[in-house]
Amino acid sequence: MNTTSILAKSLPASGAGITGRTNRRRRSFAKSKWPVLVVFLPPALLLFTVLVILPMGEAAWYSFYNWNGYGLPTQWVGWRNYQLVLRNSAFIQALINNGLIILVSLALQIPLALWLATMVTTRIRGALFFRLIFFLPYVLADVAAGMIWRFVYDGDFGLAAGIAHFFGFEAPFLLADRDTAMYAILAVVVWKYFGFHMMLFIAGLQAIDKSVLEAADIDGASGWQKFRLVTLPLLGSTVRLSVFFAVVGSLHLFDMIMPLTGGGPSNATQTIVTFLYNFGVTRMQIGFGSAVGVILFVICVTLAFSYKRIFMRHD
Amino acid sequence: MAIIRTDGIRRFKVAALGAAALMASAAVAAAESVITWMYVEAQPNVIEVWRGIAEQFEKDHPGVKIEMKFLENQAFKAKIPTLLQSSEAPSMFYTWGGGVLKAQAQTGMLRDVTGALDANGGAWRNTINAAAVDALTFDDKVWAAPFRTGVVAFYYNKELFQKAGVDASTIKTWGNFTDAVKKLKAAGITPIAGGGGDKWPLHFYWSYLAMRQAGHQGFVDAKAGKGDGFASEPFVKAGEYLAELGKLEPFQNGYLGATWNDALAAFGDGRAAIILSFENTPGTQAVNSTSGKGLPVENIGRFPFPALDGAPGVVTDNFGGINGWTITKNAPPETEEFLKYFSSPDVQRKLARDAKILPVAKGASDAVSDPLLKVAAEAIANETWHQNFLDQDLGPNVGAVVNDMSVAIVSGQQSPADAAQQIQDAFSLENP
Repeated sequence: MNTTSILAKSLPASGAGITGRTNRRRRSFAKSKWPVLVVFLPPALLLFTVLVILPMGEAAWYSFYNWNGYGLPTQWVGWRNYQLVLRNSAFIQALINNGLIILVSLALQIPLALWLATMVTTRIRGALFFRLIFFLPYVLADVAAGMIWRFVYDGDFGLAAGIAHFFGFEAPFLLADRDTAMYAILAVVVWKYFGFHMMLFIAGLQAIDKSVLEAADIDGASGWQKFRLVTLPLLGSTVRLSVFFAVVGSLHLFDMIMPLTGGGPSNATQTIVTFLYNFGVTRMQIGFGSAVGVILFVICVTLAFSYKRIFMRHD
Repeated sequence: MAIIRTDGIRRFKVAALGAAALMASAAVAAAESVITWMYVEAQPNVIEVWRGIAEQFEKDHPGVKIEMKFLENQAFKAKIPTLLQSSEAPSMFYTWGGGVLKAQAQTGMLRDVTGALDANGGAWRNTINAAAVDALTFDDKVWAAPFRTGVVAFYYNKELFQKAGVDASTIKTWGNFTDAVKKLKAAGITPIAGGGGDKWPLHFYWSYLAMRQAGHQGFVDAKAGKGDGFASEPFVKAGEYLAELGKLEPFQNGYLGATWNDALAAFGDGRAAIILSFENTPGTQAVNSTSGKGLPVENIGRFPFPALDGAPGVVTDNFGGINGWTITKNAPPETEEFLKYFSSPDVQRKLARDAKILPVAKGASDAVSDPLLKVAAEAIANETWHQNFLDQDLGPNVGAVVNDMSVAIVSGQQSPADAAQQIQDAFSLENP
């Protein structure tokens, strides 16, 4: 403070005004921004570096080694781990399954959530109650939901068995059959997450100006026209956000699948992350697993950034 | 100001006192050796027996404390690599031997027990069955204190066999066995309980068939990388036998999603007639059954895995675990003492009687009272070869491929030749 005032005094009068002003601005910047930066940035930066950047760098490093997790990686294998991953039929199946989950999220889950959101935002009896009911599955921990549904699908003692026996059928073992297990899981995924998307849409719907809809009414628009031409365009940013969450969420689906099938039978329900765990962690193939992690990272980053660039540019 | 300063001094005094107290307590803690014992055993009655043994040891060795830490099987296997390299490493932990133990030993994180075994003219070593010590030895060093042994065999429901008109004593060859499966199926009985969801329960079939078809020498050669290794003819042939069994659809409905516990429940409930399982089946089938009681022991019979026509393997070649306790580098020196006690004949007798294990201490198997366990103990006493579980022996990665391929062959997903090739590919990648 003293230095600047002396400096200001020593300068010729004509320039003193300008320097004083810039100094003041600089000083006010120093006063307002720097303390904030100094106090708040390091913890976040440190956490981000230690927990995100470093592990990512480490994974990239490990992925070029044949390493079982003990000691330090020493056996350099170049791109071998990546070649092995991409050649692995279970990994290809995992990619297909992840694609399937994204597809079902987009084609089934989000329309369902949107439809239910429009239902529960209109003033019908028990709307609030239904909102709560529909949101409930999302509140459950993924592992708990998986365990509940494993029991529901059980062909010996589960709900599926009960229903089948009631109608005199032989109970199916949905999770034990390669052809049905993935669909059974998809049903659980939709059940688990549609409530979350519904909530997003409810918030979006509530933000729509009622007078616009009123104007549409006065112009004689039908219900469907109002939805397609007024509500949906105004809800655009919410839909784009919802799709973004669905895509990213489906890529790291893991904890619900583990109690349901663990990726089986015969890797039919593997996702990228369950593949990483089953083939990397439990088999002590840390180098191989790291390669899977890096591939997943690249897929995530590419999808997230290109989606944001293309679809969420104006949001 | 003055007030604040004296306050500061007082605070400093308090802090100093606290620090002194802390140091004092640390000194007390240092005088006491703490052995941390990490295990995967989940049966409460077994833990109770162990606790009793640990307490007795603590009483005989003042200043030693034994802390027992449980980790669930899968979590244990995933956590051990990290744990071993941290300051939180347990003093001793459970091992299945094989490739996993070898990998751990190579990191230098373990302390071998060779010296302790051979001290005083081999006082400890001489009390243990040589086969158990050998199974835990690599590079001329013993890397774990032997704890127990085991043998996998067929257990069957006598009542259901009678119903289908099958006489278990006539099952000598694989052909006899598949005939029995067909007869059971014709009688409307589910022949076999299988846990395909966990995969490893089905690797018992592939392993035994491969052992019978390739024989001991065949296995030694495959592991040495001779010829086509695990892709060679006997291993493909073993897969073909397994595929044939799979075609008979012998397992309960939904077996591909069933866990090992589900399989035990199916057997214990009488919903399936046969299970290829561990020596402790009479106990575990009861615990896992719907009623919690399971089949009465009189209703359970046992027969060894049958021989294959014209193949070198014999019925006295056993497949089963040999388990031990591994000591970590920084474990207190009393850990060896405790393990010596834990594997001493008297304690092993107690474990055989109360925890139903097959002991490794010489002469301790006379304490086995359970009739079916006794048969298993005799099978071990007369065995011609003991093969450890392949998913341990071949290491975690090749082992997992064996498990995968066993399920894939049984369910018709993979041809025996492709499966054998995949196992060999995984094996040669790790053993170049």
